[in-house]
Amino acid sequence: MSVPEAKPTDLLSSYDPGPYHDELFGGRDCPADHAALIRQRLSGLDFEELRRRAQDAERELYNLGITFLVYSDKEAVDRILPFDIIPRVISAAEWSHLEAGVKQRVAALNLFLHDIYHDQKILKDGVVPRDLVERNANFRPQMVGLDVPFDTYIHIMGTDLVRDRQGTFRVLEDNGRVPSGVSYVVENRHMMQRVFPDLMQDIGIRPVDNYGHKLLEAMMEIAPQGVVDPQVVLLSPGSYNSAYFEHIFLAREMGVPLVEGRDLVVENDRVYMKTTNGLAPVHSIYRRLDDAFLDPRAFNPDSLLGVPGILEAYRKGNVALANAIGTGVADDKAVYCYVPRMIKYYLDQEPIIPNVDTRICREPDALQYTLDHLADLVVKPVGEAGGYGITIGPRASRAELEECRAKLLADPANYISQPVVDLSVCPTVTDDGIEPRHVDLRPFAITGRSTWVLPGGLSRVALKKGTLIVNSSQGGGSKDTWVLEGGAA
Amino acid sequence: MNLLARYAECIFWMARYMERAENLARILDVHETFARDTRGATNWFSIVQLNADEKDFFSRHDRPTAEAVIHYYMFDPQAPNSLLSMLRMARENARTLRPWISTEMWTQINVFHKKLQEMSARDVPMPNLSKVCTWIKEECQTHTGITEGTFYRDQGWYFYQLGKYIERADQTTRLLDIKYHTLLPSPMEVGSTLDISQWMTVLRCTAGYHAFRRVYPRGMTPATVAGFMLFNEGFPRSVVMCVRQIDGVLTRLRSRYELRGGSAAMERVDELLAGLLSRPIEGVLRDGLHEYLDWIQLQMNGVTNEIGQAFFGLDAPLAVTEQSQ
Repeated sequence: MSVPEAKPTDLLSSYDPGPYHDELFGGRDCPADHAALIRQRLSGLDFEELRRRAQDAERELYNLGITFLVYSDKEAVDRILPFDIIPRVISAAEWSHLEAGVKQRVAALNLFLHDIYHDQKILKDGVVPRDLVERNANFRPQMVGLDVPFDTYIHIMGTDLVRDRQGTFRVLEDNGRVPSGVSYVVENRHMMQRVFPDLMQDIGIRPVDNYGHKLLEAMMEIAPQGVVDPQVVLLSPGSYNSAYFEHIFLAREMGVPLVEGRDLVVENDRVYMKTTNGLAPVHSIYRRLDDAFLDPRAFNPDSLLGVPGILEAYRKGNVALANAIGTGVADDKAVYCYVPRMIKYYLDQEPIIPNVDTRICREPDALQYTLDHLADLVVKPVGEAGGYGITIGPRASRAELEECRAKLLADPANYISQPVVDLSVCPTVTDDGIEPRHVDLRPFAITGRSTWVLPGGLSRVALKKGTLIVNSSQGGGSKDTWVLEGGAA
Repeated sequence: MNLLARYAECIFWMARYMERAENLARILDVHETFARDTRGATNWFSIVQLNADEKDFFSRHDRPTAEAVIHYYMFDPQAPNSLLSMLRMARENARTLRPWISTEMWTQINVFHKKLQEMSARDVPMPNLSKVCTWIKEECQTHTGITEGTFYRDQGWYFYQLGKYIERADQTTRLLDIKYHTLLPSPMEVGSTLDISQWMTVLRCTAGYHAFRRVYPRGMTPATVAGFMLFNEGFPRSVVMCVRQIDGVLTRLRSRYELRGGSAAMERVDELLAGLLSRPIEGVLRDGLHEYLDWIQLQMNGVTNEIGQAFFGLDAPLAVTEQSQ
């Protein structure tokens, strides 16, 4: 239609979230009253004006170099994580529920990790299958019997949540190794404050900019005992890592050096960094490097990214690492299925945030069910990240389903299956106006002596119409996540 | 906070690349505008010689035409001394340094590099060269200003100053040398109109023309110009001024931050400074300016090497550098 809109005054009047729960409007039985003022303000805006502001924001993100690297044919390209200017809003009550749920989950996973590297009660009691842990590629025998401060293994956790058609939050995945994305949470907020101050005016939004401070606090807490002024560093694989911007961001927010493996040396089981004044001791390392690359002497001998001898320094208690070595076991998509049972086992509680119903294809019944309902299920490999290797039944061709069936039969233990979750949607600026797009949410929790959850989290948005995959490597974008301040719940 | 050896080296090189870019833009601009012979032609080849790029240049170009030289020094991503390469290097160092430098410094270099990169697709037509050079100079000076106004004054600041002043002194000696070697057609022409106009070009390349005029309202001789550029205590690009700054920075690094290394570098600087202060320009010219400039450059290289050994870590891999001079 080439006829221009008569009046652009009511921006959201023709918005239709479809059958999904909407993050700004709520669901059929649970309207989002808390977002009424925000909806009203958005409605009063001109669409072109909104687009202009969105473009300003993206240009600024690019100029600031808030980018991640994408490797195409030959060269690395700097990309921004596309940013959508319409925020996703979470009420105070919803948040206190999520916060409690995330804390509960972190607690259970830390107890689980301590257990499997010590007495293995949960394995002996048959709650979690033994081979799932001991044959797990991320199980580190070097950690057996080793004590870590406060029995905390996962110091930084990113829990992927989705919201189903009923508006129920569910856990999709635990990221207990090196979860990414918190820099976008903070930078997106800064961006919104610059380009959209009128939308935020007088709305009590909980701040997110003390993440670095909280992280540093935890890093100091876990430093070896007796060190008066612990030196914290952030260990990055270097400027060619796709998350390098985040490493810069976190080092800066904490006010600590951003080091690479080549900047560190181990002497007499102590870690030092090379400075302009020679070697200076290092006590606490936030490492954004997987176990396998951490210490060529202990793990992958070909890795040039790590620090020879650092494992021994760690085992001797001379340096703290976050996250601890060997947390990958809890990160596993197969182990994920057992987390509700862990919560019951260790804490004697019901899970505050339920999992997405998940079937573990290593179990014969589950495999059979999965094969029988392939066209209705999402099948995921347990060892892949970044949204790769996933088959979404209802959207797959017959050939793709057959391929998936063959893979399942060949290696059932490598797969889990889940029903398709109709992810909630949020109004999003698109070329065709304001349209619903699917979102997920990754809150971040920091644990030293105790656990703190950043009020908000990374809301990723699937920018392509209809798609459910919000992953950044698959063309997703992000939104600012507003957790409203307390009071009326 | 402790300064990583690798960061110190990156800061040093970032400063050098930005300084070098500004110099090159000024040289290209001044050549276009002023460095013409009596028939109005410009000797673009002298820029290739100035940078000791003959080999690399002729591997890709047959003749040093205006178009070839300008393209080579502006936009050729393969040429190690092109503005585009310098900016890429400065940006790579800045990217590594992002936790250490101010957001404003990073953003400006990032955007500057991006604009230059986009520009390389089109040709810069000759009438526009001066405009583009002016823009580049202004961006470099913006960088200097932003750095002055936002860079936190700790160790990193001093390593930045070291890089900047070493590069400046180096550029000034090169410029003087090229005038003596290339721009001058024959000894017969010393003091001729052409000779004088070339000395003015040299002064303009270092933004020193008006300052020089203030000191020497009358007369412009090789001795006064060379003396001004080497020994003037008030001219920001004179070799003496730069070396004094280097001396001061090294002293402060060692006293304020109690850095143990650097005594060898300081000795080299002392030696250099003594050499600079002990000889009047007439004597220098009599014994050979070229030899004298060579000696200065040798000393500067010595200082740079000592700094590297003292502070950047001998066994540490190099920061992002494509060129060592």
